[in-house]
Amino acid sequence: METLILFSPLVGSLICGFGWKFIGETAAQWVSTGLLFLACLLSWIVFLAHDGVTETINILRWIESGTLSTEWAIRLDRLTAIMLIVVTTVSALVHLYSFGYMAHDENFREGEVYRPRFFAYLSFFTFAMLMLVTSDNLVQMFFGWEGVGVASYLLIGFYYRKPSANAAAIKAFVVNRVGDFGFALGIFALFFLVDSVRFEDIFNAASTLAETQLTFLWTEWNAANLIAFLLFIGAMGKSAQLFLHTWLPDAMEGPTPVSALIHAATMVTAGVFLICRMSPIMEFAPEAMAFVTFLGASTAFVAATIGLVQNDIKRVIAYSTMSQLGYMFVAAGVGVYSVAMFHLFTHAFFKAMLFLGAGSVIHAMHHEQDMRNYGGLRKKVPYTFWAMMIGTLAITGVGIPLTGWIGFAGFASKDAVIESAYVGSAGGYAFWMLVIAALFTSFYSWRLMFLTFYGKPRGNKHTHEHAHESPTIMLVPLGVLAVGSILAGAIWYSSFFGKVNEVVSFFGGAYGAPTAELVEQVAERSPKASELHYVMESAPGEAAIYIAPENTVLHEAHYVPTWVKLSPFIAMLIGLGTAWVFYIRDPSLPKRLSESQRPLYEFLLNKWYFDEIYNFIFVQPARGLGRLLWKRGDGNVIDGSINGVAMGFIPMLTRLAGRAQSGYIFTYAFFMVVGIAALITWMTLSGGVN
Amino acid sequence: MDNLLSIVTFLPALAALILMAFLRGDDAAANRNAKWLSLIATSATFLISLFVLFQFDPQNTGFQMVEQADWLLGLQYKMGVDGISVLFVMLTTFMMPLVIAASWDVNTRVKEYMIAFLLLETLMLGVFMALDLVLFYLFFEAGLIPMFLIIGIWGGKNRIYASFKFFLYTFLGSVLMLVAMVGMFSEAGTTDIEQLMLHQFGSETFSILGVQIVGGLQTLMFIAFFASFAVKMPMWPVHTWLPDAHVQAPTAGSVVLAAILLKMGGYGFLRFSLPMFPVGADVMTPLILWMSVIAIVYTSLVALVQEDMKKLIAYSSVAHMGYVTMGIFAANQQGIDGAIFQMISHGFISGALFLCVGVIYDRMHTREIDAYGGLVNRMPAYALIFMLFTMANVGLPGTSGFIGEFLTLVGVFQVNTWVAMVATTGVILSAAYALWLYRRVVLGDLIKESLKTITDMTGRERAIFAPLVVATILFGVYPAPILDTIGPSVEALVSNYQVALAEADLATQVAHNE
Repeated sequence: METLILFSPLVGSLICGFGWKFIGETAAQWVSTGLLFLACLLSWIVFLAHDGVTETINILRWIESGTLSTEWAIRLDRLTAIMLIVVTTVSALVHLYSFGYMAHDENFREGEVYRPRFFAYLSFFTFAMLMLVTSDNLVQMFFGWEGVGVASYLLIGFYYRKPSANAAAIKAFVVNRVGDFGFALGIFALFFLVDSVRFEDIFNAASTLAETQLTFLWTEWNAANLIAFLLFIGAMGKSAQLFLHTWLPDAMEGPTPVSALIHAATMVTAGVFLICRMSPIMEFAPEAMAFVTFLGASTAFVAATIGLVQNDIKRVIAYSTMSQLGYMFVAAGVGVYSVAMFHLFTHAFFKAMLFLGAGSVIHAMHHEQDMRNYGGLRKKVPYTFWAMMIGTLAITGVGIPLTGWIGFAGFASKDAVIESAYVGSAGGYAFWMLVIAALFTSFYSWRLMFLTFYGKPRGNKHTHEHAHESPTIMLVPLGVLAVGSILAGAIWYSSFFGKVNEVVSFFGGAYGAPTAELVEQVAERSPKASELHYVMESAPGEAAIYIAPENTVLHEAHYVPTWVKLSPFIAMLIGLGTAWVFYIRDPSLPKRLSESQRPLYEFLLNKWYFDEIYNFIFVQPARGLGRLLWKRGDGNVIDGSINGVAMGFIPMLTRLAGRAQSGYIFTYAFFMVVGIAALITWMTLSGGVN
Repeated sequence: MDNLLSIVTFLPALAALILMAFLRGDDAAANRNAKWLSLIATSATFLISLFVLFQFDPQNTGFQMVEQADWLLGLQYKMGVDGISVLFVMLTTFMMPLVIAASWDVNTRVKEYMIAFLLLETLMLGVFMALDLVLFYLFFEAGLIPMFLIIGIWGGKNRIYASFKFFLYTFLGSVLMLVAMVGMFSEAGTTDIEQLMLHQFGSETFSILGVQIVGGLQTLMFIAFFASFAVKMPMWPVHTWLPDAHVQAPTAGSVVLAAILLKMGGYGFLRFSLPMFPVGADVMTPLILWMSVIAIVYTSLVALVQEDMKKLIAYSSVAHMGYVTMGIFAANQQGIDGAIFQMISHGFISGALFLCVGVIYDRMHTREIDAYGGLVNRMPAYALIFMLFTMANVGLPGTSGFIGEFLTLVGVFQVNTWVAMVATTGVILSAAYALWLYRRVVLGDLIKESLKTITDMTGRERAIFAPLVVATILFGVYPAPILDTIGPSVEALVSNYQVALAEADLATQVAHNE
């Protein structure tokens, strides 16, 4: 069944991409969508029936060289099962949605066939993503990792006539490759140390790695830390974390369903998945994990600040995605992998819905994406409005405070992240960054809602008059995702962020009693959390995630002070209030504020000038250096010296040969013959031939 | 069949002889006959070479299907294949029919053109099978003459300059190799490659004119061979002949050059340098590893700013050959497996990329990148194929390009992490230049007036690409046929190398103790 899930998108992609000429455009689209729904159905069966035991299914031999041995294989455990349903559900819904969204696209001319290509790419992406999440070794994962990168490249550049789309596509691929550079080095280092790239062998060796030193570049490193760090560089690229994030906003050049599927719900969360998958290594790499936490928190903050002032509706959501990914990394960084997965899971629903909702608005407004030209759309697109409203309530984390789980999906998971961050960072940097980011999140999300759906219509009057609700085929996916955005948090709360024993058994591990020493330590650290009953007992690799017994963050996170528990809720209220004042009560306020704070506004609007700086320190120098090496290095130095030799030396020889005018070919043949003659003479003279 | 290898080797030459002797006239019919005869001969060679592959036993690490006979002047004719060479033979026979098919539109001096390619095939096959030093040298050097003629007669405007450069480089390399061969013979008293591999050349450090030569004679001989093979690869900094040769060569010439001729250098390292001069190789390894990574980074950067499509791909070839030399001199199983795999895979990929250039060159008669743009609008099939090979060129997993790169990097990481890290930056740069090229040629709107009537690939062109597409994907997903074939021989090579180094080390210690 797992094999069927894995390959049906590939089959769909091939039939749709190559077979549409034979079966017709519409049929091709239905084939790929149908197969995706099949995969989705089977994934849910696998997820619900999964009992936590890790299974491996071998498919085919792959790279075998000496002790290096890789197979195409499926590793099915709880992490895989979660990712299976996330990927196939969102993908199936996006396929369906695209029927409506891509029906008439103004970027293509009359009679041009583009829909089968779009569906084929979407299905191909899904296949690559499934390869990534089902892999049982790092190299196959790398296949999926780069495969989704290609799919992303193809889909960002889907409107191939637009120079901006082509530029964004290349940028996405190349920046991701910077991350892959780290990922690849991590794989090399692991193979060097463990002599295997299979997860099972790596996890078994995890505790040894913690005590191994490895010479890498100029100095010795702790092996676990180094590997965790290198793999995290890969995660940074794929998940658009700070410094490698610049591609994500540009990726919005792709059609909106792509943004929902790839750049919100699935591909960009691959980095988080990688960290959780490698949790047995991560648990032994405290320094690397501190870095993950720091960078995740910074990303959450920086992205949220930029999101505050963007005007393009998709870019706002893109920065919001980047910021939420930061949350997930903080959770993983402080060692609560289940919470990272929880937020990944709920985020997939509400963020996909926000994007699809935005797509519906864009569709209604004839591809206008600037929110300054929206306004008052509540009545025009009522279903879309309610869907977006649910999405906003979910992302800002609305729920009943202190209950933990009664609320929208984002409420349960985001609060879990923030509480864990409080414990994991001892109330420090990560915690505060996330709380401030929560405030900003609330502000920009409500800003988006108010600018789009409330107030008076702005911009082109004609467009507003013709604004219309999207067809049913686009609204159905929104409805399904809305259900997920409301319920996903509450239903699976205890599995991801319940008591330690609940979480551990959900992920297929065994739990046992902690040592008395540990209980004491915990009681000392956080008195409210003194009743530590269970810790994970499984060895690294036995369960889908590994939580070292000393890692009690998950337990302690339930017993943080009340003000900590309330803080995200309060931040949310402040953000909502400010947005209301700015965009409903006094709509002239934002303009005045941006004018009085011009430098800050420009700084945020220009995304902290990352693109400009990178262009200045990487892109231009690389091209300059290339030109220098080409003209000066190859041209003057190498060819120059060779020509020098040639002009002096060769004519002399040819003169000696007495046939200067005979051309080079003759000269060459001549020397060869002379050479062979010399060789043979020598051999004959020394009498060694036979 | 006892003479299978000779049959495979000389069948193309026989066809060339037939063309020379019996084909008269220069009319359309004669040209067509020449083309068909060449296509049939090269295809037959490929089919017969399949028997070599079927008969080949990968578990046997020695030479197989060996043919030995006395030859003129008391020399011997000796041919054979092992796990390291057999796939190069296959690569050659596989590529040649495609090369001939790609030359279908040639109509100047067709007969001579076909003769040149057929002879070239025989000589290249001979290089990979020769088991005698003199025989190897003959094939190795003679192979350049047809290539010379191909560039010089059917090449572009600057062909004289290009062949001049080609000549100079190769000439300097060959002279040194020849000297070393004479030296080897005088040391070992034989030109039999099998026996030379068993011979231990002196490795005691001595000094010439006050310069200490660590590794002694072995190092000197290694350097002499290195000079020749490094030019062939080509390695930085002796790579500058390649872009010019590629630019001037006709499409088919470029394909042969990139797909097969460049592999002779790598093959030479594996056949001579490592097994015969292990100590010399060991002494030179750090230098070569660094030359390899410089090649990767340097030429990738240069590729980034090229304006001529063929030049860009030529520079990219140099970068990819950097992975090969790096893998070979990592001198472990993954490194060498990867290097051989990379050479085979690069044969398909770079061959296909030069064919891609050829497709539009045939239509527009320019290789200038700026002359194109928006081809996808009129050439969707071309865009798809070009995309596939662009991705294969950047080493996307799932294509054969990934496996070679990955294995060589895995191999070298175990030897030197600095080298591995700098070389890995190549994956970033290759993505940048390859996608940038693709974007400028294929993507965007079709604005240029001259391109408005361009047509998509013909059936013949598609048929040429089909086998390459299959090979690139098949071996990317299921590389076992290649890795299983080369594995045992490479294992033997690596272990012999390690043993030889250990013995040499022991010998030095003993010498010191005495």
